Amino acid sequence: MPIRTVITALLATTALVLAGLWVGQGVNLLPLAASSNAPTYDALFRVLFSIGTTLFLGIVIVLGYSLVRFRRRSGDSGDGVALEGNLLLEIVWTAIPAVVILFVGIYSYDIYERMGGMVPLMDHAAMDHMAVDHMAMDHAAVATPQKRIWGGIGPAASAPSATSRLPTLPVDVTAMQFAFIFHYPEGDITSGELHVPVGQPVELRMSALDVIHAFWVPQFRLKQDVIPGQPTVLSFTATRAGTYPVICAELCGPYHGGMRTSVVVHEPDDYQAWLQQNSPATTA
Amino acid sequence: MTVATPRDLEPGLQPSGWLRYFSFSLDHKVIGLQYLVCGFFFYLVGGLLAGAIRTELATPLSDFMPRDTYNEVLTLHGTVMIFLWIVPVVNGAFGNYLIPFYVGARDMAFPRLNAVAFWMIPPAGLLLISSYFLAGAAAQSGWTAYPPLSLTTPAAGQVVWILSVLLLGGSSIFGAVNFIATILKLRRPGLKMMQLPMYCWAMLGTSLLVVLSTPVLAGVLILLSFDIIAHTGFFNPALGGNVVVYQHLFWFYSHPAVYIMVLPAFGLVSEILPVHARKPLFGYTTMVYSIMAIVFLGLIVWAHHMFTSGTPPWMRLFFTIATSFIAVPTGIKFFNWLATLWGGKIALNSAMLFSCGFILNFVFGGITGITLAQVPFDIHVHDTYYVVGHFHYIVYGGTVFVIFASLYHWYPKFTGRLLNEDLGRLHFLLTFIGFNLCFLPQHWLGLNGMPRRVAEYDPTFTTLNQVSSVGALIMAISTLPLLINVVVTALNGKPAGDNPWNALTPEWLTSSPPPVENWKGAAPLVTEPYGYGQTEAQEAAR
Repeated sequence: MPIRTVITALLATTALVLAGLWVGQGVNLLPLAASSNAPTYDALFRVLFSIGTTLFLGIVIVLGYSLVRFRRRSGDSGDGVALEGNLLLEIVWTAIPAVVILFVGIYSYDIYERMGGMVPLMDHAAMDHMAVDHMAMDHAAVATPQKRIWGGIGPAASAPSATSRLPTLPVDVTAMQFAFIFHYPEGDITSGELHVPVGQPVELRMSALDVIHAFWVPQFRLKQDVIPGQPTVLSFTATRAGTYPVICAELCGPYHGGMRTSVVVHEPDDYQAWLQQNSPATTA
Repeated sequence: MTVATPRDLEPGLQPSGWLRYFSFSLDHKVIGLQYLVCGFFFYLVGGLLAGAIRTELATPLSDFMPRDTYNEVLTLHGTVMIFLWIVPVVNGAFGNYLIPFYVGARDMAFPRLNAVAFWMIPPAGLLLISSYFLAGAAAQSGWTAYPPLSLTTPAAGQVVWILSVLLLGGSSIFGAVNFIATILKLRRPGLKMMQLPMYCWAMLGTSLLVVLSTPVLAGVLILLSFDIIAHTGFFNPALGGNVVVYQHLFWFYSHPAVYIMVLPAFGLVSEILPVHARKPLFGYTTMVYSIMAIVFLGLIVWAHHMFTSGTPPWMRLFFTIATSFIAVPTGIKFFNWLATLWGGKIALNSAMLFSCGFILNFVFGGITGITLAQVPFDIHVHDTYYVVGHFHYIVYGGTVFVIFASLYHWYPKFTGRLLNEDLGRLHFLLTFIGFNLCFLPQHWLGLNGMPRRVAEYDPTFTTLNQVSSVGALIMAISTLPLLINVVVTALNGKPAGDNPWNALTPEWLTSSPPPVENWKGAAPLVTEPYGYGQTEAQEAAR
């Protein structure tokens, strides 16, 4: 292979990768990031966006160049080169996607693990309960029924909770046509909006009354189906005070598009104030 | 093995002239065109439904049609486009027309089964559409029909939907059995498997997928109909049923269904590119292996549609890896097509333009597909407009573009007349611009918080939704030059001669349109369907 071709190819590839990085790292297509999970997600997005842009640009350029350079001149009725294949090229372009896929796969597995996706799914509250029971009276623990959790995102190992040592805030979520109902076991509050404090891990224990719904907060980059008959969980830690939409993302009937509410992320003090205000014990 | 021609089978019973297109004809070419025209009719129906959806979404409020009608429209749109337009046309129409030529046969292996398979489609389609008018309400639970929603929406429409999809699935299985038998058993003596045109391999792979996965869809829909009619509890949580099992069984068919729509398109493009680039198809052997790799991988990736359902972590991980690996054989095919163009003498006609449009759109959809395969990425965008954008780039930007390319390429074979190139280029331009305007903004909408299948949305998304609706309008307009072109050419088009493209594949080595028995004499033995440039090479050597 002539050295000039090699150098041109290398320069072109470098330019492509730089262009891909420039677009992928520079163009922001995502909404505000408001959970501890969102920045990791955004990093993954930028990597995929950069790789995708590089590949797409490369193919557009090769296709465009071929159409111009190898277009049929008028009056030419001959054929192109009788070239039927090239083993080296086949190996190269089998290897390129394979390597990219391997890298992307390992990287996204890492992200998924950091999100808490690989945490074995069990009812953590039930587990804590069992541990206490164990210390109190050994035989009673065996009788405690453990509720099966069918899917979701567990509490992340690297979540800020590990450093801030705040206990997980459990919230029961009930989805129905066409609303979400949030119930706080501590304080016995029921609300149509989700209120959470900044920095404290939250565990949503979700169940549906009628059909399948899905709980989605775009600013948290998280979604989980809420399934009748099969409890699911979703853990997250909000990092930014504000009000964000909670959206049902699974077709659930005529008013599916209207099944929306808000999640209000408070500063910890404001959250305590909200708790005080709404707790039935204090209002009564 | 000798094959009876349709004429031998039914002496005097086969009508001739235009009437045969409305008859129970056993001629594979007639059946192919029946599939094509019937499919195009349903494409217009599905397009009208899409127009209704985009009109509703031109404003943030649900103000164009009642909310349950909107859900009926989106359900019908998906079902019509998949089961009545893309699958029948890309398999049934071009498969029936071309496969017997490619294997050197005078008809399909089972001509009668072939006619039965086609004639199941119009009643099934009319049944589906009529449910909107007759049963009081059409199905409202999306083309996925997830229970418990499909158990609680009006029962009559849902049962008619199931019946219709069962008929269409049955038709698809009959067709697939016929293709497998024809490709494996009806090859002309002396013709080896590795000498077949690539579309044969694509249809063999597709037909294997149909035979392996469609029965599972039939099974799960029958169970669903039991739940609706007989109040059994397979998928009813109130009776101890499991709704996620339905999703597994449904996607075991419906993910391979994507390949049932896309692999034949890969095959058709592999026929079109070499002819108009005047170059052999690059890397024939690797192309064959990558088709078979896609068939195998296509069967073990279904749960990537369920990353936010109740699936355990290990399962999410397995399906991420399996799905990502489909990029390898798919990538090989695209690199080989680019290499086919490289160094050719490319005619930028309508067939080539649509093929290049397919490459661009499909690569884009493939890249967004890789992002969707990653569990952490998908958890944010699952069931949003990002997914809607992605799969329209695959099935419309990919397969429908190839259907149009094929129409321009094979219309002279069907009719003996060339479609008008100026109208063809206009058709391409309008389709390409309209399509990208319609579906590109949807990716951003999904990333920023617009779920799919909604009749109303946050007013901050208004502008991009209106851009998308304008794109849809341009797509609707783009069918006009096509319709005018097809009708005017059929009546008064430029005569094409037998082989206007100087192509080497066997369907061009006979008159256009071909006689009932395909070739007047013996079927030609074509061992090098892509032998372009060989005469030049021999002359240069002399």
